[in-house]
Amino acid sequence: MDNLNNLMQGFADVMAPMNLLLALIGVVIGTAVGVLPGIGPAMTVALLLPVTYGMEPVQAFIMFAGIFYGGMYGGSTTSILLNTPGESSSVVTAIEGNKMAKAGRAAQALATAAIGSFVAGTIGTLLLVLVTPFVVDFAVSLGAPDYFALMLLAFIAVTSVLGSSRIRGFISLLLGLTIGLVGIDSVSGQQRLTLGVPQLADGIDVVVVAVGIFAVGEALWVAAHLRRKPAEVIPVGRPWLGRGDWKRSWKPWLRGTAYGFPFGALPAGGAEIPTFLSYATEKRLTKHPEEFGKGAIEGVAGPEAANNASAAGTLVPMLAIGLPTNATAAVMLAAFQSYGIQPGPLLFEREASLVWILIASLFIGNLLLLLLNLPLAPAWAKLLQIPRPYLYAGILFFASMGAYAVNAQPLDLFILLTLGLLGFAMRRFGLPVLPLIVGVILGPRAELQGRRSLQLSGGELSGLLGGPVSYTVYTVIALVLVWPLLRRFVVRPLRARSAA
Amino acid sequence: MSSEVTDEVQAGEPEDKDGRPVADSRPSPEGGDRAQYGVCAFLALLGAAVIVDALGIPHLTSGTDPVGPRAVPLILGGLLLLLAALYAVDVARGGRGEPEAGEDVDLSSGSDWRTVVLLIGVFLANALLIERLGWVISGALLFWGTAFALGNRHYIRNLLIAATLSLTTFYAFAIGLGVNLPAGVLQGIL
Repeated sequence: MDNLNNLMQGFADVMAPMNLLLALIGVVIGTAVGVLPGIGPAMTVALLLPVTYGMEPVQAFIMFAGIFYGGMYGGSTTSILLNTPGESSSVVTAIEGNKMAKAGRAAQALATAAIGSFVAGTIGTLLLVLVTPFVVDFAVSLGAPDYFALMLLAFIAVTSVLGSSRIRGFISLLLGLTIGLVGIDSVSGQQRLTLGVPQLADGIDVVVVAVGIFAVGEALWVAAHLRRKPAEVIPVGRPWLGRGDWKRSWKPWLRGTAYGFPFGALPAGGAEIPTFLSYATEKRLTKHPEEFGKGAIEGVAGPEAANNASAAGTLVPMLAIGLPTNATAAVMLAAFQSYGIQPGPLLFEREASLVWILIASLFIGNLLLLLLNLPLAPAWAKLLQIPRPYLYAGILFFASMGAYAVNAQPLDLFILLTLGLLGFAMRRFGLPVLPLIVGVILGPRAELQGRRSLQLSGGELSGLLGGPVSYTVYTVIALVLVWPLLRRFVVRPLRARSAA
Repeated sequence: MSSEVTDEVQAGEPEDKDGRPVADSRPSPEGGDRAQYGVCAFLALLGAAVIVDALGIPHLTSGTDPVGPRAVPLILGGLLLLLAALYAVDVARGGRGEPEAGEDVDLSSGSDWRTVVLLIGVFLANALLIERLGWVISGALLFWGTAFALGNRHYIRNLLIAATLSLTTFYAFAIGLGVNLPAGVLQGIL
């Protein structure tokens, strides 16, 4: 009940007119930027961080919540109307969504996505309220070795589970860990990889890394391969759902939510697996199997709900343990840190009112999103036609502004360009970006926890094995690492035999 | 961490993420992607640099910190070298990463290096000029130059858009919200 009171207090704080206005602005610019082609939710949040630099944390968090859900919804609009998903989590939405749009049902596709996102986001946030206190209680009991193990699990998960190539995932992770190493070692005070440059003593700001890899890297990559003729945008009217569409949508929304939230909340989660599972389930359960592949509304409703519920789910480990499991959560975590706020179990004690305001803002932002997006969809569709030179000029403009504003030093702009070139190379060679971002953020903290564990054991490696939690986590890590071997030598032969 | 790190790019399985519409987007179907050896070399150099830097750090350990600041960079450098080798093996066996597709990306033709170099130049100009000229001027140049590099030839219109954008952001963020943006030569005028 205590949490309910806290949440109510959070709502009361958000309801102040000024704060509501900020939430509204957050949702509008979050959607507007997220809708732009090539800009996924993580990049939206990273690019819009500077907007909140001058604000108090409370105001900034209210706005973040709006930007977070706005950016997510903007991404699905793009994938439905352009068939080119901004990030891997909306791949599935694009499959049926774009077919629906081509068949003249863009309005219904956008409507089921918007309402589904609202349903999933609301249930997901509610589950966040219910689940997080338990995770916090659990996390409080964890020691340094357990944290170290959990962070290793996050590293393994983002490199091995989510990507298509482990070796490329590991390369990206190592690059991130190396970037995270730059600066003064927090334990001994020694400079590492600073090359004697005093401005590097504080390390490379995560915001600069995120903006460089996402925004500048993307702009350079697109510049090298700019399509002469922009992709065709399907015109759309005001989204609406007929009676039959409602009937076909509500169950997929709920099932999608049920898939999305747990996967998001797991340290090895992500939105790819639940959206695929949801799609497969809806395809099996539908009464209109003939429509799948030609624009079935269930194929938009389910995965879109799964995507949003998983986004709400990722906030559980992010807030309660300080573990980001997708790029958006990683950038959000960086935003927290830029306010000197460290997510983790103590967050709910030290910054209780702030956390509950954030959660209340998530509810409000989600509602505003629904109210805004149904009437504004035609306007968002127009944004997709923005001339590409202006779009990427704008991205570089705001990226430079944001990176400079972090520390007010031109050096950051050179670092930004270097990271942009790195982002370019990663796109060229098919190296995933997420492991790098997670490495930059978690690397220094994993080192700290690892060294703390060894301090307790006086340097004996056994100090890394803390207790049941770390045993379990290491078992999971071992299974994840061994799985490809098992699949090659056990599962495939079995399958081949049963198929024969 | 070093268990079997094979590169499995199995086609057709739904769990392969990034299952974007990538058909016909491979730049060149012939043979392996030799340029990947450059990445191996880069990783090896980076690993060596990390190790050299770590060896230059005084080896300070104490009761409260038995590990010291050197251990992690040494491990990381070693892993970078290891991965560079594994990656080279993978490339030699024909492994390749899928270049990223996207809304505005056309991978069927080659890379347009002229545009990229122009963009880098414009970006560097902004980094060099931002403190001297101030954000309003350097930011406007950045926007105008990027639009030019990407092939937009409405010089006057772009200048107006760029000036409006940089003035608006300056007033909104620097003056309105107190974000750090330099006024430069326009100090006192703005």
